[in-house]
Amino acid sequence: MNIIVCVKEVPDPEAPVDEFRLDPDKNILVSSPKVLKVPNPFDEQAVEAALRIKDRSGAKVTILSLGRGLDRVVVKKPLLMGADDLVLLEDEAFADGDSWSTAYGLAAAIKKIGVYDLVLCGRQAADWNAGQTGLGIAELLNLPSVTVARKIEIMDGKAKVERVTTNGYEVIEVILPALITVSNELGQARYPAVQNIRKADKIQPVTWKPVDIGLEPFSVGSQGRRLKLLKLFQPVFEGTCEMIEGETLQEAAESLSLRLRKEKIL
Amino acid sequence: MADSKNVMIFGEIVEGKLGAITKELLGGGRKLADELSEVLCAVFIGDHITELAREAFAFGADQVYVVDNPRLAYYQTDLYICSMAEVIERERPRILLFGHTDMGADLGPRLSFRLNRAIVTDCVELSMEMDTEYLLRTKPVSGGIAMATYVSEGFPQLATVRPKSLPPAERGASLAGVTIPIDVDLDQVASRVNVVERVKEEVEGIKLEDAEVIVAGGRGIGSPEGFKELEQAAKFLKGAMGGSRVAVDNGWIPSSLQIGLTGTIVAPRLYLAVAISGASQHMTGCSRSQRIVAINKDPAAPIFKQAHFGVVGDWKVVLPAFINKLRTLE
Repeated sequence: MNIIVCVKEVPDPEAPVDEFRLDPDKNILVSSPKVLKVPNPFDEQAVEAALRIKDRSGAKVTILSLGRGLDRVVVKKPLLMGADDLVLLEDEAFADGDSWSTAYGLAAAIKKIGVYDLVLCGRQAADWNAGQTGLGIAELLNLPSVTVARKIEIMDGKAKVERVTTNGYEVIEVILPALITVSNELGQARYPAVQNIRKADKIQPVTWKPVDIGLEPFSVGSQGRRLKLLKLFQPVFEGTCEMIEGETLQEAAESLSLRLRKEKIL
Repeated sequence: MADSKNVMIFGEIVEGKLGAITKELLGGGRKLADELSEVLCAVFIGDHITELAREAFAFGADQVYVVDNPRLAYYQTDLYICSMAEVIERERPRILLFGHTDMGADLGPRLSFRLNRAIVTDCVELSMEMDTEYLLRTKPVSGGIAMATYVSEGFPQLATVRPKSLPPAERGASLAGVTIPIDVDLDQVASRVNVVERVKEEVEGIKLEDAEVIVAGGRGIGSPEGFKELEQAAKFLKGAMGGSRVAVDNGWIPSSLQIGLTGTIVAPRLYLAVAISGASQHMTGCSRSQRIVAINKDPAAPIFKQAHFGVVGDWKVVLPAFINKLRTLE
């Protein structure tokens, strides 16, 4: 069983909001040096989904990451979780893409990897929140797709997936090869394990540039974008927070009740 | 390519009626159509939905298309994409809007790649760039820290729209309208994905999106037992209980109670945020609440920047004292 998991490096979405500043001239959100790069949380859960299949019935799990100047600590984290291989699409040309140019690059890489039964992606990335790249890869490779999975089991050449819906869930069967996007309802991703360090250290990532996967630089990254970002702005929070205090916490709590009553909020 | 014209919305029938999202798309779509001096169309895909689809006329659609086929009774990606591709090929809309729903969030992006066009998902604002007649689409990014406005070339211009962001169309006089059937030959189309079971997980009590008061908990609650306390508080306040993504990931509450960017978006009269730090992914889900009250033992927690009232302290002390005081005032 061969599984490819696409993992994106993003600025830590759990970092305090204050550490991000909008540069209105360059139309970018700049994060302070305090903000670490991390694997996109939903993608980590996709790795977890792959590793659960590996635990249960064996699989080779290949991680695929795309970008410019990728942090080796970040891209290798899935290997420390238990993944087996790492392919990096690393080049200036791959940077600053949108869902289109990114899916295009990843799909070409997956085609080049060639042998796979399952492609997993996180449902969306924490930086641009588009939620399209997985579906784009599936369409470009003509794979059946299932989105927002919270459970994936493999049996008889099919994936049995629990898909999260607004009112509950669906149980879906899809023939492999297929692409599935994973959601956080899958549960906590496992932590890197000490026993994986030695093996992970030995794994040399394969690094490809556009030409290695048969693509022109203008079809990927910022040059291959179809969406133009016109404006990036921050909603202004009007008003301030009224802090309710007291001699004791009990008192503060009671003052709060009275205040909300007075304001007719409760 | 022939000229693309008109605003088309993807309609959804929910529990035998026009979905709320459909009324919102018709409301927003109407504004765009009027600005363009073009026509507002709705398209419905399903089985035996022709009569139900006609409701769209009463909410302002000028034209209603229906792809009615037994194989389309439930959403299935391959079949719905083929159907939509056929509709677009024939009708060539300038703009095509989906709700960012279970269906729309799956169908919209994959369809956009089929059509070789760009889509913007989870839009909260749409406007026309009149000199180019392109659609400007605005959505939250970075978990809600910022908003991004995008433009792209080519038609149709595609978007999925966040529920509750566009003002819904009001029901007007039931306009007489004839639905236009669109026949799609699905015989050669394999459905590679099969839904074998649909499970409804009913939430007891008031639904989050309907609640006037919400008591929500985050990382600091620490356990399912902690959430039971919040549930009691919510009951007393005649509201609903919810939580952040962390609470779901840890298995303290079911995922149906998740509030946030990838959970439910709520806008109650009162949002009581208990031990929630205020990460933007979560705040996107509740920032439109009329009043946000935060209880957190960290005075530097980002939530205090967006709350209207705050108490710094251990929720295990503050919440019961708060509720008990209200009880005495009853």
